[in-house]
Amino acid sequence: MSPLVWAAVTAAAGGSVVSWLAPAPRRSLAAGIVAVLQATAGVALGVAVLGGARVDMALAPRGTALAALGRLTVQPTALGALFLVVMSAVALVAAVFAIGYVRGPSDSRTAWTSWFVFVAGLQLVAVAGDAVSFLLGWELMALGSTALVFTEHAARTAVRSAGLWYAAMTHLSFLLVLSGMAVLAGHAGSVDLDAIAAARPGGHTATLAWLLLATGFLTKAGAVPLHVWLPRAHPEAPSHVSAVMSGAMVKAGVYGLLLVSLRLLPAGPRWWAVALLVVGLVSAAYGILQASVTSDLKRLLAYSTTENVGLMITTIGLADLYRAADRDDLAQVALVATGLLVVSHAAFKTLLFLVAGSVLHATGERDLDRLGGLGPRMPVTSVTFAVGALAAAALPVTSGFVAEWVLLQALVRGGAPSDPVLAALLPAAMGVVALTAGLALLTFAKAFGIGCLARPRSDGATAAHEGSRWMGGALVAAAAVVVGLGIAPGPLSRSLASALAPGAASASPLGGVSLPGLGIGLDPLGLTLLALGCAAPVLGAAAWWARRAPRRRVELGWGCGGARVSPRMQYTATSYAEPLVRVFGQALDPRRELEVEHYDESRHLIHGIRYRHEVGDPVESGLYARGLRGVAALGERARSLQNGSIQRYLGYSFGALLVVLLVVSAW
Amino acid sequence: MVTRDALASTLVTLVQMAAVVALTPLLIGMMRATRARLEGRAGGRLTQPSRDLLKLLRREPLQADGTSLVSRAGPVALMATSLMLAALLPLVATRTSARVPDDLFVVVSVLLLGSVSLALVGLDSGSAFGGMGSSRHMTIAALLEPTVLLAVYALSIPAGSSVLSDIVATRAESPGTVISPVSLLALAALVMVILAETGRLPVDNPSTHLELTMVHEAMVLESSGRDLGWLELGSWMRLTVLLGLLGNVTTPWGIAGSAAPLTVALGLIALVAKVLGLGVAIAAVEVFLAKVRLFRVPELLAASFVLAFLAVSASYLVTGVAT
Repeated sequence: MSPLVWAAVTAAAGGSVVSWLAPAPRRSLAAGIVAVLQATAGVALGVAVLGGARVDMALAPRGTALAALGRLTVQPTALGALFLVVMSAVALVAAVFAIGYVRGPSDSRTAWTSWFVFVAGLQLVAVAGDAVSFLLGWELMALGSTALVFTEHAARTAVRSAGLWYAAMTHLSFLLVLSGMAVLAGHAGSVDLDAIAAARPGGHTATLAWLLLATGFLTKAGAVPLHVWLPRAHPEAPSHVSAVMSGAMVKAGVYGLLLVSLRLLPAGPRWWAVALLVVGLVSAAYGILQASVTSDLKRLLAYSTTENVGLMITTIGLADLYRAADRDDLAQVALVATGLLVVSHAAFKTLLFLVAGSVLHATGERDLDRLGGLGPRMPVTSVTFAVGALAAAALPVTSGFVAEWVLLQALVRGGAPSDPVLAALLPAAMGVVALTAGLALLTFAKAFGIGCLARPRSDGATAAHEGSRWMGGALVAAAAVVVGLGIAPGPLSRSLASALAPGAASASPLGGVSLPGLGIGLDPLGLTLLALGCAAPVLGAAAWWARRAPRRRVELGWGCGGARVSPRMQYTATSYAEPLVRVFGQALDPRRELEVEHYDESRHLIHGIRYRHEVGDPVESGLYARGLRGVAALGERARSLQNGSIQRYLGYSFGALLVVLLVVSAW
Repeated sequence: MVTRDALASTLVTLVQMAAVVALTPLLIGMMRATRARLEGRAGGRLTQPSRDLLKLLRREPLQADGTSLVSRAGPVALMATSLMLAALLPLVATRTSARVPDDLFVVVSVLLLGSVSLALVGLDSGSAFGGMGSSRHMTIAALLEPTVLLAVYALSIPAGSSVLSDIVATRAESPGTVISPVSLLALAALVMVILAETGRLPVDNPSTHLELTMVHEAMVLESSGRDLGWLELGSWMRLTVLLGLLGNVTTPWGIAGSAAPLTVALGLIALVAKVLGLGVAIAAVEVFLAKVRLFRVPELLAASFVLAFLAVSASYLVTGVAT
């Protein structure tokens, strides 16, 4: 299967060349097609490995400069292949969308080259067989995506701030993963992942490595409190890039966590699992709570990514906990849930970010408060938005529902556990997951309902139109995957089980998912048929009565008289979430400002009212702002060390040399 | 024999659906009559709700320009999900279809699909009131979800299954579980959930005419004719099926364990008795309740969540309570 690896490498290199050579009007098509080929090679390689093919090759040719880094092994495991397929498929759909979507800075040579570097990095992370190639891929991914986040820096200042945050956080993640891998490789005496896994470090080495790796991967995954880059970088990047960042790149963090938990450090102490579970639950609840009160569509999707990643981390922690409690059957179901959540989130979040791109393209708006009425104007976008929103709210019949169902089964099927830790954690976990599901429902009912229904709230939304066929095609393809996996999740669950947890799930005859260990199954097709069977008599009766009393169109709704005034009288996304802001006020840090201006002549006559409402991120304002203030204060203080006198600097050098000599001699 | 079983199961499902559709207007009529009597009014006839429904269903719906397909499809979707609930839940008989089990999470998701259809209809109207009702409705639904899952889960622990038919069957076999402390805590939580979910007092006032306090009524303000008919029937049916479930969980007797005609008939009578009994009880209690302020509703829901959480924790941590 090594030709496929070379195909992906060639496509990445060739794509960069094409994007430099092709003239601007043809660039998006030429580079886009190469990007599609690059992603297709990744999908094909992943499918081949999942089908049983073995790949073991070195990327660095002997005698070249690259060989100084080591062999750069490509040796995908089933787990890696799974993520390779997911990431490449996301890149594939996003590349097709990009052909019709990119213009201006996002169609520049730099942007396209960064795209190829970014996707190549993603693919390398998934197939890496040693720590060096893993880290190389990790860094390529970080570099490419950072450049892409900066794409529109000339147009908006917010992009620059977002890009800086992103660059800092993504390199923090790289440093942590690098240190963690170094600790493990130092113990094993080899950079090979197999050798590292075989070395089985224990004690403080293992704890140190776990802490470094887990923090690094959690940063990339966007878990609370390391999520701060997500709600900044996702909205400011071009939408096809946000789709890959959220659908694929964040999954690299999840892949890393699985790699640690299943392969590198499988038998850790129980507090690791508890820590993961708690971080996952907090991320899920906090992420969706922030999403539910946000009115910027892409920021909302970014926070919802934190929620979904939180659920994935929860299942990983749950699997570790169950394994520690000798409940391997449940651990495997939890891992199948992880896999389903990963695939499902990749599908629907890619779709939703592309929808956001299509809306942005058509209206120039991503603020839900200024959208509305897109349904009749953008039918393809609206219908696919509805599909994506259903999946994000975990409702049938979509992939999101199946994933959530397996997750809940893994949570409740434990029976009454004899273990007090599990007995205390499981009901809490279930409550949090259920609250998350409830808030997700509100969030996406709001996003879809305010964005697509009712009357347009701005001129941009009034003039909305569908984008090109490439964009529509990508949206429909992604929506088809979401619904397809929702109706027939069986084959996917079976291959997930064979990659992650052998025998934990199988496919039922109707294409549903079946969990033999728990003796239960789900057939979404049956549910769909039942739904159709229930809708048929209602539709029939409606049609019968409609013959005598057909629907009549009227110019305006009633709205107790209010509908006649202005579309601004409608509820907005902000007002929709207002009750939640009140309920969860303490966790959300809402800020309201009300300024009333009076006429000079009388206090009783009002000239104007200005109202500002903003919901902050308390983690950011509490943790990061305080930390940054501390750093700035330290910097101020350090200034007194430098007064510009050469004698003092020579003194510093002398002192440093002395310390080094002392340390060396004492060693 | 498999086909015969499947046929019998399908028949029972159809009986359940027909029973729920027929019983619903009667239930609403009974509840209104009870309330009227206790308040010293004469009240309408028991058949008034069904007459109203038929009148609405025969009337033309009006649709304003600017509203989308959702206004048309939403009422049908709500009605279809209510019918699905009637088909799935163990109301007349306990049975599990291998294809579509009446799994707790499946049932809850169907319930939520109905809630979302209603919320979108409210938003699509493009008026301030529709959005207001929709926002409140979804906030309550979101905050309810943890309680729903935990309360039913607490009841499911003795059965070791999240399939509702199994839960009811297990409770019927071992009456001790019905009055155990865990079960009582969970049932108390479940009652609050049902009241909130179906828009009864003290969460929402079903007979309100004041727009600013409305939840359900605000969402259907713009719907008329057939659309309104479906919305009303669909929402009322949710009350019927949830009361039926509550009845079968609290008093799991009478429900048919097989598809034999006689037991099914008995199950049907038991269902009618339980649903009407519970409905009359709720209506009687409602006379003495006032609607709480909207922003106090979360406190009520939090209280019910604590009850449900206690029920689960107690059955996990205190051995011997659950069994």
